Amino acid sequence: MTGVPGLAADLRVMREDFSLEVDLGIEPGGVLALLGPNGAGKSTALQALAGLVPLRGGRITLAGRCLDDPGAGVFVPAAERAIGMVFQDYLLFPHLSAVDNVAFGLRAARVPRRQAREQAREWLERMGLAALADAKPGVLSGGQAQRVALARALAPGPRLLLLDEPLAALDASTKMEVRSELRRHLADFNGCTLLVTHDPLDAMVLADSLVVIEDGRVVQRGRTAEVARAPRTDYVARLVGLNLYRGRATGGRIAIEGGGVLVTADSCEGEVFAVFPPSAVVLHRHRPDGSARNTWQGRVAGLEQHADTMRVQIEAAPAVLADVTAAAVADLDLTVGAPVWAAVKATEIRCYSTLDSDGCRSAPAAGPV
Amino acid sequence: MLLVPAALAVAFLVLPLVALVVRAPWTTLPEALLSAEVGQALRLSLVCATSATALSMVLGIPLAWVLARAQFRGRRLLRALVTVPLVLPPVVGGVALLLLLGRRGLLGQYLDAWFGVTLPFTTPAVILAETFVAMPFLVIAVEGALRGADRRYEDAAATLGASRSLIFRRVTLPLIAPGVSAGAVLCFARALGEFGATISFAGSFPGVTRTMPIEVYLALETDPPAAIVLSLVLLAVSVVVLVSLRDRWLQGSAA
Repeated sequence: MTGVPGLAADLRVMREDFSLEVDLGIEPGGVLALLGPNGAGKSTALQALAGLVPLRGGRITLAGRCLDDPGAGVFVPAAERAIGMVFQDYLLFPHLSAVDNVAFGLRAARVPRRQAREQAREWLERMGLAALADAKPGVLSGGQAQRVALARALAPGPRLLLLDEPLAALDASTKMEVRSELRRHLADFNGCTLLVTHDPLDAMVLADSLVVIEDGRVVQRGRTAEVARAPRTDYVARLVGLNLYRGRATGGRIAIEGGGVLVTADSCEGEVFAVFPPSAVVLHRHRPDGSARNTWQGRVAGLEQHADTMRVQIEAAPAVLADVTAAAVADLDLTVGAPVWAAVKATEIRCYSTLDSDGCRSAPAAGPV
Repeated sequence: MLLVPAALAVAFLVLPLVALVVRAPWTTLPEALLSAEVGQALRLSLVCATSATALSMVLGIPLAWVLARAQFRGRRLLRALVTVPLVLPPVVGGVALLLLLGRRGLLGQYLDAWFGVTLPFTTPAVILAETFVAMPFLVIAVEGALRGADRRYEDAAATLGASRSLIFRRVTLPLIAPGVSAGAVLCFARALGEFGATISFAGSFPGVTRTMPIEVYLALETDPPAAIVLSLVLLAVSVVVLVSLRDRWLQGSAA
């Protein structure tokens, strides 16, 4: 894999009760989001790339340079990797001003003090923080600290930028603004970017492609839009807000694993996933006699306020999430335990093979995406 | 029930200091302070305690780093050995130093034979005796600060390309600065009050090894007012130390 201009990483790390086996590839200028639930191994992957945790197996090459290859006895320490990292809680040095934080990496690279500070000031200017150059991190707001941390990571000119949940520490109101600003700065960066997040919106807005990991293994990868359209695990389906089922299809009838049958207008055969959005589900108090091809009975298991709709969790075969208006909740008298009928049109249900496009069943694809 | 012994304890701790202040020869104090003997002892004490603190920092901070960060077999044993001088009677420390560095000591015989250097009964001997007794205070304080510091700042510095020594100087040390200064103040106070190890390893030569605590002890027999004045000076230094540590000790335990 040497000679690849971007990042090619096959990460194998062992921890006491946890093993990580993830392979990633990022083109120069590309932004890859690493998505996964807590404890999936996202942080371990980042630490391995940064050189803070050594690999047990596999290898990492960045811009044609081997950074870690236990098989060949190669390990480049963090300080020599040309990697920039933005930590979740930023970790700005509390005793240094914003400009000295940004200049830190340049000073470490033996750039003379004046020149380093000048460049650091330019970075802060680009981030719209020129006025706060001499402020200590303690007085910066979350959004400002995040931008200082980004400037600090970018200033030494890394080939790979690692972002660890860069928006997680921000409150909802600043998140939107900081996210779109981050997108702008990432567009200017011509190295590789790896974004670790558990927020699908971050991934959708900031990344071109996704790798989803669960329990230290890749469960899905692809272009952001593809993954959002066709989730392959419950976790991904929940992230993108879709009902996802796995079953066996024969002529448009899908026998769902765990009980129930769905009828789809798609043509598909064999082992398949079936998905539809919660908004496609219509709820009735009594058995409906409309045109929907799929109707089945269940009980309300939970209700959750979602922006301007209510998400209703229904225990049935198969279990289903439905988005309805608050008015409908009142009309239908939906309370936990109430019986309810769900109806979904066959044309709303999409269906695709459980085999990856390259024919591998849920095995991670080899090489960069 | 508990109030009576508690009050007794307070009286026991405070009254001797009150007596010291009350019986001090306030009218002749300026004169006594300016006397040659007092001035000499004060100067020598300050020079030796400052040197001992500096030496303790130069050697003790790296030792604290090893104890806090390095992973090796026997670290607990090393830690125990380092803290022995905390509980060892200082006079024993002085004897031990004499047996190591004295003219016929384990190392001292070679110092004498090869370099013509004899340490005992010199000002450097005072500094060594004080360092022996006081350095563990600094090591323990700095080690605690290192353990409490967030190591991820060091990771952040490493991803920015900083070498280990640069990280230590520009990130770790500033982060543990409060712990280091508290340790240095404790170390200085301990060195300033050192008596047992100093008198057994360095003796009591006016202007060379006779530090304030030794001067107090000697003056108590020959010139009691001078002893009181010197004691007052040492008390004043203790109060300054206490005030400078108040954030860490007094408020810390009150919180």
